[in-house]
Amino acid sequence: MDTIFLSRLQFAVTAMFHFLFVPLTLGLGWLTAWFETRYALSGDAKYLSITRFWGKLFLINFALGVVTGLTMEFQFGMNWAEYAKYVGDIFGAPLAIEATVAFFLESTFIGVWVFGWGRLSRKAHAGAMWIVAFATNMSALWILLANGWMQRPVGYVLRNGRAEMVDFKALLLNPYGWIEFFHTVAAGWVIAGFFVMGVSAWHLLRRNQEDLFKRSFGAGAVFALASSLLLAVVGDMSAVNAAKNQPAKFAAMESVWETRASAPYTLLVFPSLKGDGNAVEAWKVPYALSLMAFHSPTAEVKGLNDIAPQDRPPVLPVFLSFRAMVAFGGLFILLSGLSAWLWHKDALLDHPRFLKLMLYAIPLPYIAIQLGWIVTELGRQPWVVYGLMRTAEGVSRTITPAQVLLSLGGFSLFYTALGIVDFWLLAKYARKGMEA
Amino acid sequence: MDYAKLWFFFWAVLWTGYFALDGFDLGVGFSGWLAAESEDERRSVFSSIGPFWDGNEVWLVTAGGATFAAFPPVYAGLFSWLYPALLLILFALIARGVALEFRGKVQSAAWKTFWERTAAVSSFAAALLFGVAFGNIFRGLEIGPAGYAGTFFGLLNPYALLTGLLFCALFFFHGQLWLAYKTQGAPAVRAAGLAAKAWYPLLLIFIAFAWASYPGTGLSANFVARKTLLLLPAAFAASALAAKLLLARGKPGPAFMASFAGIVFFSLTGFAGIYPALLPSRIAPEFALTLYNSASSPYTLKLMTAVVLVFLPAVIIYQAWVYRLFRAPLQPEELKNSGLY
Repeated sequence: MDTIFLSRLQFAVTAMFHFLFVPLTLGLGWLTAWFETRYALSGDAKYLSITRFWGKLFLINFALGVVTGLTMEFQFGMNWAEYAKYVGDIFGAPLAIEATVAFFLESTFIGVWVFGWGRLSRKAHAGAMWIVAFATNMSALWILLANGWMQRPVGYVLRNGRAEMVDFKALLLNPYGWIEFFHTVAAGWVIAGFFVMGVSAWHLLRRNQEDLFKRSFGAGAVFALASSLLLAVVGDMSAVNAAKNQPAKFAAMESVWETRASAPYTLLVFPSLKGDGNAVEAWKVPYALSLMAFHSPTAEVKGLNDIAPQDRPPVLPVFLSFRAMVAFGGLFILLSGLSAWLWHKDALLDHPRFLKLMLYAIPLPYIAIQLGWIVTELGRQPWVVYGLMRTAEGVSRTITPAQVLLSLGGFSLFYTALGIVDFWLLAKYARKGMEA
Repeated sequence: MDYAKLWFFFWAVLWTGYFALDGFDLGVGFSGWLAAESEDERRSVFSSIGPFWDGNEVWLVTAGGATFAAFPPVYAGLFSWLYPALLLILFALIARGVALEFRGKVQSAAWKTFWERTAAVSSFAAALLFGVAFGNIFRGLEIGPAGYAGTFFGLLNPYALLTGLLFCALFFFHGQLWLAYKTQGAPAVRAAGLAAKAWYPLLLIFIAFAWASYPGTGLSANFVARKTLLLLPAAFAASALAAKLLLARGKPGPAFMASFAGIVFFSLTGFAGIYPALLPSRIAPEFALTLYNSASSPYTLKLMTAVVLVFLPAVIIYQAWVYRLFRAPLQPEELKNSGLY
C-alpha cells in the first residue's frame, strides 16, 4: 500500500464520516427555525416544545459535524501538500471565505441559541436559529464552489508553476459548483425531512404526544416532498452537467462503452469485472440516453472505449452508486408524497405499517447521499482537478505510508467510537419525547 | 501597496485572535476542575465557556484557511512536514469539542467524570502542542535545499518544549482569570487564588523563554535591528503586571482583559520576531518560507483583503455582541433552560 492509496482512503473515510452529520444540519436548522418562528409569532407553547425537541437533536448532531470538519481542512495540507501548493492560489480562497463569512456566523450564533433563551426576545431567539440555518447552508455553498472548481476548473491561468486565480467571478459563478450546491443541500433537506418523519413515526406508533408529533411529521413530509422534487430537477441538471463537462464520469455512471449518436438507455446493465465492457446489457429504450445526457434525442454520447484507459474512472462502483442513488431519489418522492397525503388526510395513525416503514426509511437518504459523493468524487478520478492535475501528483512527498497507515487507523478507531456515542445520544434524546 | 506584507499581518492577527480567545477555553478545559469541587460548580465552570468556545475555535479554522489561500506553500509545508504533530493537535481538538458537548448530555457521575477528564487531557495536549509547534517555528525548522529534513522527535527539542510549557502556563492563567470573572461564589474565589499563584511560575517560564530565545533563535534579530519593536514585549510585560495588580485589587474582569492583551502582545512579539519568514529555516535563511517566496498572486491577495476588511470587522462586532449578551454569568435556571448543559 502506498501513500497515495492510503491518503485517498483516509480522505474518503473522513469525508464520508463528516458527511453523516453535515446534511442533517443543513435541513434540520431550517425546520427548527420554522417551528420556533411559529412559537415566536403565536406564543403557542406546543411549538416551543416542538422547537426544543428538534433543537436538541440538531445540537447533538451539529457537534460531530463541527469537529470532523476540522479534519477536512487540515488534510489538504497534511496529505495533499503538492495539490495545496499547486492550486492554493485559487482553491484556498473559497475555503478561507467559507470560514470568514459562514462558519464564524454559525458557530457564534449556535452558542447564542443554546444559552440565550432567557436573554433574548422570542423573535430574536428564533432569529438566531435562522442565522444558524442560513450560515450552515452558506458554508455548503463555499465548500461546493471549491469542489466545483476541482470538477470544472475555471478562472485561472498556469503561471509561476501553479494555478493562479485571474477571474474570481468565474469561480463564483461556476455552474458546476452551483448545481452541486443545490443538489447537496436539497439532499440534506430530504435527510432532515425523513429524519423528522421517522422519529415522529416512532412516537406516533406509541401514541406519544400525538398532536405534537403529527405537526412535526407534517412539516417534515412537506419539506421532504418539496426537497425531493427539487432534488430530481437538480439531479437531472447534474447528469447533463457531467455529460457536458466530464464525459468520462458520465460514461462510467451509465457504463457506456461505444460512442454513438441517438444513444439508447439500457435498463439492465452490469459492467464486466475486467473493466473492458458490459457483461450484461438488455432492454434498451431508444434515444433515451441522448435525451437524458443532452436533452436532445440524437446527441452523441461518448463511450469509455474512446477514453484512454489511464483517464477512466473505476466504472463498476461509479455505475452502481449512480443507479442506486437515482432509484433512491425516486423512492423519496414516492414516500414523502404518500406521507404528505396521509398527513393532510389526518390518516397517519390509521396506517401503522406505513409509520413503521417511515421509521426504517431514516437511513435511506443517508445512504443515497454517500452514494452521490462516490459518483462525484470517484467519477472524477484519475484527476484531483479534472483535466488539470492527477490525484497521484497531489499527494504530499514528505509523508510515509507508515504515517498515513497510523493516522488512518487512528481516525477509524476514534471516529467509530465518536459515531457510536453520538448516534446513541441521538437515539436517547429522540426516544425521550418532548417536554410538556 | 504590498499585499504580501499586509497578509503577513493578517496571518499574525488571525493566529493571535485564536490564541487570545481559545486560550481561555483551553485553560478552563485543562485546569477548570481545580476551581470546582461539586457537580454544580463543575457545571458552572464548563458552562462559562459554553456559549463561546465554538465561535473562538473558528479563529483557528480561519487562520488555517487564510494560510491556505494567502501562503499555499506555508500551509502545505506546515501541515505535511509536521504531520504527526498536526494529527495529534487534530485529535486533541476533536476530543476537546466532543467532551464539552457530550458532558452534560447524560445525568450520570461516571459519564461526566469521563468527559471532564477527556476535556482536561485534550485541552492540555492542544495547548502544549500549539506551543511546541510555534516553538519550532520561532526556533526555525529544518528546511534545507531539498525541502524539509527534520524528524518528529526533532520537534520535541528543549526550546520547543519550553515554548509548549509557556503556552500552557499562559492559558492556565488566562483560563483561571476567566473563571474568576465569569463564575460566582466559591469557584470564582478559588480561580482568583489559582491565577494569583500561577503568576510567578508564569513569569519564570517567560524569562527562561526570553533568555533561550535571545541567542538560540532567529527571533531576536528583528528586535536588535529595530528597537521600536521592543514595545511589543514591553507591552506584554506591562499587561502581565497589570493583570496581577488588577487581580490583587479584586477586579477579575479587567485582570482578564489585561491577560487577553498580554497574549495578544506575546503572540505579536513572536510574529514580529520571525518576520518576513512564516516558516524560518534553521539551516540557512535562504531556505525559509517567507512572504516574498510563498505568497499567492496579487490578484488573490487583493480579493482576500477585501473579504477580510469587510467580514472580519463584522465577525468582531457580532462576537463582541455575544460576549456582551452573556456578560452576566449564566444562572442555574438558564442552564436548566438550555436543556443540555
